[in-house]
Amino acid sequence: MLDDFFVRAMLAGLGVAAVAGPLGSFVVWRRMAYFGDSTAHAAILGVAVSLAFNISVYAGTMLIALAMALAVSALVTRGQAMDTMLGVLSHSALAVGLVAISFVPQARSDLSAYLFGDILSVGRGDLALIWTGAAGVLAVALWRWQRLLTATVSEDLAMASGIDPRVERIVLSLGLAVVVALSIRVVGSLLISALLIIPAATARGLSRTPEWMAGMATLIAGLAVMVGLTASLHLDTPAGPSIVTAAAGIFGLTQAFRRNP
Amino acid sequence: MSALIEARNLTIHRTGSTEPVLRDVDFRILSGEIVTVLGPNGSGKSSLVRALLGHLPLAAGRITRRPDLRVGYVPQRMQFETAIPMTVRRFLSLPRRIGDDAAALVLARTGADGMQSRQMTQLSGGQFQRVLLARALLHDPHLLVLDEPTQGLDQPGIVAFYRLIEEVRRQTGAAVLMVSHDLLVVMRASDRVVCLNGHICCEGSPDHVSGAPEYRALFGTGAEGTLALYRHHHDHDHDGDEACDRHHHPAGAS
Repeated sequence: MLDDFFVRAMLAGLGVAAVAGPLGSFVVWRRMAYFGDSTAHAAILGVAVSLAFNISVYAGTMLIALAMALAVSALVTRGQAMDTMLGVLSHSALAVGLVAISFVPQARSDLSAYLFGDILSVGRGDLALIWTGAAGVLAVALWRWQRLLTATVSEDLAMASGIDPRVERIVLSLGLAVVVALSIRVVGSLLISALLIIPAATARGLSRTPEWMAGMATLIAGLAVMVGLTASLHLDTPAGPSIVTAAAGIFGLTQAFRRNP
Repeated sequence: MSALIEARNLTIHRTGSTEPVLRDVDFRILSGEIVTVLGPNGSGKSSLVRALLGHLPLAAGRITRRPDLRVGYVPQRMQFETAIPMTVRRFLSLPRRIGDDAAALVLARTGADGMQSRQMTQLSGGQFQRVLLARALLHDPHLLVLDEPTQGLDQPGIVAFYRLIEEVRRQTGAAVLMVSHDLLVVMRASDRVVCLNGHICCEGSPDHVSGAPEYRALFGTGAEGTLALYRHHHDHDHDGDEACDRHHHPAGAS
């Protein structure tokens, strides 16, 4: 069954969807959309670094994404205007990554694979890595769920309960860096944060508790992967953008049929 | 009676600078006491409370908390993020999960009965504060710390909220440390009032403090029964000046 490229692509997409739901919910709750963007865009720089130093693309993107996430956290706590700062970092990361990648000859040819994903070329090794990584991030999220959630609701309340909000922020940044690294083959650097944010935003209107929202976001992301990939096969459209288009379509539908907010 | 929290020679700097927010503050709260910390904006009220809770690094001094002290905390100006779907019931289970009975009990105690399935973002200001208070009452606290709990409430709402706190104290015996600038209403409910402006200006029973010249200098001579207005100007000058202006403080002089 795994011999079929389409099945592998589907499983890779569902693996990312499983973790994009809960992580994406935190991105939405903490209003970190730009944060997700800058981390994801830094992944392109990670690709350049990986190819230049001949290390695994997953390891390279994860390291650079993590460095970016920590840099952003540090700058934000230092009191810079958040949206401006993230706007600067997000697009700088993308631009620097694109410049850096142009120095790596073998990457120039398949740049679009890193920008928009290349899910149809996912191999068994990629699949194993994606599912292991997703399961790891989910396990950590479940283990720390109450703490992560309390720190997200209010840092003051978290501290009063003996929770260090800085630790929870770092845990989330780490999780986000892993998700970025896992997603780069699936949807590509430019669209990773879309896969995080759109399903969670869709689930928001349908949920009364945080757990419900995280679960719904996972289901919606999974549905988007299935619909997008199938459509891409039949219509011969690029896979990553098709998945995000499907997610956007589901978002649009739920908005249209929503009763008054 | 033993002190729940005791602070000696407390000095706290503004985050990332060496400018003191509080200087040489001695403070303690005994079990069962209601203590109100009063002061204008920027006087270091919240810093004092957060330092007592261990949330802020100290530049100097020492804080002793009674071992196993359980604190219920209502933070200042908490705004609930609208992006988070959250029922009142779910909120009460953060970070420690509680049973339905315990949830119903604290909600009833704070006059928020039956609000379990309401969304946090759809509560009115008064309901929201009652839910925060209910959450603070979970796990039988020895001390309730309320940082400007009546902000955003109208006058009847404030009075009702203070009645509720007195009632809660009567029922649970918990001490209450409250930060406020609703001058007169608070003062009647308190055992002790601490008037703060970078340092402790005056301290004592509500009657004592409201008659103290330092208090008048800080808040103006607001008539009994009405709210005193802030009249904290750097250039103010009162008869027999004992004004509690941080710029008159010897160590604060440039």
